[in-house]
Amino acid sequence: MTAIRPARRSLRQPKLDNRRPDQKRKSTLLTIVMGVFLIYSILPLVWLIINASKTQPNLFGSFGLWFSGPFALFENIGLTLTYNNGIFIQWFGNTLLYVVVGAGGATLLATAAGYGLAKFNFPGKRAVFAVVLGAIAVPGTALAVPTFLLFSQAGLTNTVWAIIIPSLISPFGLYLVWVYAIDAVPTELLEAARMDGSSELRTFFTISLRLLAPGIVTVLLFAIVATWNNYFLPLIMLSDPTLYPLTLGLNQWNAQATGAGADPIFNLVLTGALLTIVPIVIIFLVLQRYWQSGLGAGSVKQ
Amino acid sequence: MSVALSTGQPTALSSKPTKKNWTGWIFVGPFIAVFVVVFIVPVAYSIYLSFYRDQLIGGNAFVGLANYQQALGDEKFWAALWRVALFFVVQVPVMLVLALVAALALDSARLHASSFFRIALFLPYAVPGVVAAMMWGFIYGDRFGLVGNINDLFGSTVLEPYAQQWLLASIGNINTWEFMGYNMLIFYAALRVIPLDIYEAAELDGAGAFRVITSIKLPALRPAIVVATIFSVIGSFQLFNEPNILRPLIPSSISTSFTPNMYAYNLSFQGQQYNYAATIAIIMGVLTAVIAYAVQLRGSRKDDR
Amino acid sequence: MSSQHKRRVFTRSATLIMAAALIGTGLVACSSGDGGSTGGAASADAIDAALEKGGTITYWTWTPSAEAQVAAFEDAYPNVDVKLVDTAGAGDNNLKLQNAITAGSGAPDVVQLEYQSIPQFALPGSLVDLTDYGFGDLKDLYTPGPWNAVAGTGPIYGLPQDSGPMALFYNKDVFDEYGLDVPTTWEEYIAGAEKLKEEAPEKIYVNDTGDAGMATSLIWQAGGRPFSSEGTDVTIDLTDEGTQKWADTWGELIEKDLVGDIAGWTDEWFSALSDDTIATLTTGAWMPGVFEASAPDGSGKWRVAPMPTYDGGEAVNAENGGSAQVVVEQSKNKDLAAGFLRWLNSDEASIKVFLESGGFPGTVADLQSDEFKGYESEYFGGQKINEVLVAGAESVSTGWQYLPWQSYANSIYAETAGQAYLNKTDLTAALDDWAKANVKYGNEQGYTVK
Repeated sequence: MTAIRPARRSLRQPKLDNRRPDQKRKSTLLTIVMGVFLIYSILPLVWLIINASKTQPNLFGSFGLWFSGPFALFENIGLTLTYNNGIFIQWFGNTLLYVVVGAGGATLLATAAGYGLAKFNFPGKRAVFAVVLGAIAVPGTALAVPTFLLFSQAGLTNTVWAIIIPSLISPFGLYLVWVYAIDAVPTELLEAARMDGSSELRTFFTISLRLLAPGIVTVLLFAIVATWNNYFLPLIMLSDPTLYPLTLGLNQWNAQATGAGADPIFNLVLTGALLTIVPIVIIFLVLQRYWQSGLGAGSVKQ
Repeated sequence: MSVALSTGQPTALSSKPTKKNWTGWIFVGPFIAVFVVVFIVPVAYSIYLSFYRDQLIGGNAFVGLANYQQALGDEKFWAALWRVALFFVVQVPVMLVLALVAALALDSARLHASSFFRIALFLPYAVPGVVAAMMWGFIYGDRFGLVGNINDLFGSTVLEPYAQQWLLASIGNINTWEFMGYNMLIFYAALRVIPLDIYEAAELDGAGAFRVITSIKLPALRPAIVVATIFSVIGSFQLFNEPNILRPLIPSSISTSFTPNMYAYNLSFQGQQYNYAATIAIIMGVLTAVIAYAVQLRGSRKDDR
Repeated sequence: MSSQHKRRVFTRSATLIMAAALIGTGLVACSSGDGGSTGGAASADAIDAALEKGGTITYWTWTPSAEAQVAAFEDAYPNVDVKLVDTAGAGDNNLKLQNAITAGSGAPDVVQLEYQSIPQFALPGSLVDLTDYGFGDLKDLYTPGPWNAVAGTGPIYGLPQDSGPMALFYNKDVFDEYGLDVPTTWEEYIAGAEKLKEEAPEKIYVNDTGDAGMATSLIWQAGGRPFSSEGTDVTIDLTDEGTQKWADTWGELIEKDLVGDIAGWTDEWFSALSDDTIATLTTGAWMPGVFEASAPDGSGKWRVAPMPTYDGGEAVNAENGGSAQVVVEQSKNKDLAAGFLRWLNSDEASIKVFLESGGFPGTVADLQSDEFKGYESEYFGGQKINEVLVAGAESVSTGWQYLPWQSYANSIYAETAGQAYLNKTDLTAALDDWAKANVKYGNEQGYTVK
């Protein structure tokens, strides 16, 4: 059991900058270069915030990068949340459901499977890995129609399961945990536990999971983003707007501008988009310590 | 298949090969079970579909390889394929180089407020692709978008993101914006685990910053670059969201077969030609897998020196 | 451990078997939905009985007044529960409907369809023929154009909701500012465009990025009849006289660079309508409602005029857009669905609600009513717009047919014919590309297309 200690310490490296022996003075030039990158990354988001604060009529006539007309952000937020009997909140709830069950489930499956691939030698192992990685290369559209047809035979289309079940597979998550587990869970540790008489599952839950924690959080976060932003599959599977996730709902609002019954609500689309992004950003900020060390697959063995 | 992200040395399967038994399936089983339903079965069904043809008038019939023959002779398909190949060849290196520069800058410990940069550059990844395309679609507008404002400022049409010659680049820009931060983080994480002693040794040898980058950091990044490239290959060849969202804004410039994925999608849902769509999708899937595998081979060949 | 292991293996096999079973059923039952047998005599009495008995039906639509109409219906027939689904627009609506039909389940009982989309669902047998329910008796309620669209080939597939006879909408402020006359012929129209371009090149006289709906309606108005189908034999001839007339006119506008390139139904487009950028718009009579809802800043600037003619003679018109509601073959409660449909589009109470939200009627009575014709529109500067629009409805020419796959045809218009708009090249040649693509598609789908 003592073997864990050193590995653990090196897994969590809060102040990463101190390690550098070559720490020189800060470079302003480099900071400026990064500043350019920063502007590039942030600009559209700034645009989004500014324009979500405009009223529908004001949206078009005004300069894109500065406020104009009455500051209507809170009004827009209120409108977004109450439009059409608060369907936005329903969409939000749906998205939460899909994320918690779908991304949560995906993380569980990927963690278990990645662990299995990393630490066990079993018949069919190479095949499993090759097939799973090969599957990522298959375009989503190849799967969309057959999945749709299959699910409708099973009566699953237009239900929450149509979204959740496909979300449960995260090949990237599998790959991440696999690579992470190889180094993060020392095989000697597992041998020791086996000799102590612990079952594989018990070892997994009591020892390995803790060691895999940063990797798991990383997978969870990426799965959350993927499920939160899922668009194509729900588009085909769902026809009942009360089941839509946020992405699909926003798309519907956007499409409302077209045709004989037109009722454009672009200001709500923008505000809705903003509200859709905020939770993800918060999650990333709150959990950044974990996923940043998790992405550094493997640890440094001192 | 030894892919190593931590250091340059293969560590993956270095543990003594244990005897094969079925224990591993306890862990891998649940994933595989769902995987079969969600991937294997639809792919198999897709392959089945590609051998048939279901017409609006006349119903379903077995046509063997006729769909594949049609695809190989279909100039719309080849145009779309060429387009995503071009996209891949240009956009991916640009994006990865930018991500690399950013990662190296972050890693150099010579930045002010580096953790702020780290988060800020990663933010675009959190934006749903659909929303990102929508936002950039607004920005590119030459009447009310930012592009329009800039053009007015300079008094002429300096920027024309929707013009034929710039269209692919404009779409590439959206993609780069979305994923640069994500790739930057993959590289950054790989850089973070380079052992300190290597740097100490380099300093003793009197290596300057540039030498450190080329001799230590870049080689250490090779596996990460390979992984990032593979995912980008897959992303480029599957290009769909951005051109599809932009299409209503410029309908004559983006056709229903602009990318292979769009072609397959429109074949299915506009034209009810599911069988041909399945054929296109399978050809694309095989092609993408081959190229991804080639990248992986090339990338790891240099490892086993 | 071994029992766990055994359980895992068993579960895995079960999953595989289930998956295999799924494939099996998928392979066998994948053809387009063949609805279950309805049984029982369909008749007007059957409808009344069903409405009394009650039940639940699903209604897909994107009409803004639908909620109010459904509420009124449920008041009148308390035993019936209508589940209303807003499908946001024709595109998504048709996509979901097509998916449901292909999958064999999930389709609504009643659904809104644009007139041009009716053939593609009717021909493969996905819609219910409502003749037996006595819907033929309702024929005289509607103007010929819309009725033809739902019943022109014999069976009655639905009831018209509205109509869209074309009219010329023009921005009076712009016309006054630049001394433009309201064109009565297409020649004058082109002249007006040239004049505006000279005086104010940043303004747009006519805007079109390759709108298939506008093109087909204008071809119709010009007397062209490029599409005709008899069962599964389809003829496509985009070189007939009427089509040529339109192609020459529109082609001239394009080649002289008089056509604007703002994509329709975008926020840019609505702004351009509001701020004097676009000067004219030839479209259906349902447009005033859209103006009011989506381009409120243009209030007072616009007026309506009759469509320009080709020869300065008698007015000739066409329909642009408009939809009907239909009953889907997959419906498990056809009698009730038919009852709802009948009320929806022929009952005065329902039509009143529809009109209140700005719809343009397809019913003769409403079109002829003095109240309707006398309506003074504030948005259009007090003009009695309905007088012009109704006159337009009365001059719609007959004999027009859409393709059995019009949605698909329209979706490929931009990349074939639309290329002429983009590159300012020969429209006739580009139309030929569109024709060829349609011939290819039709033959691929099993029709015999010439």
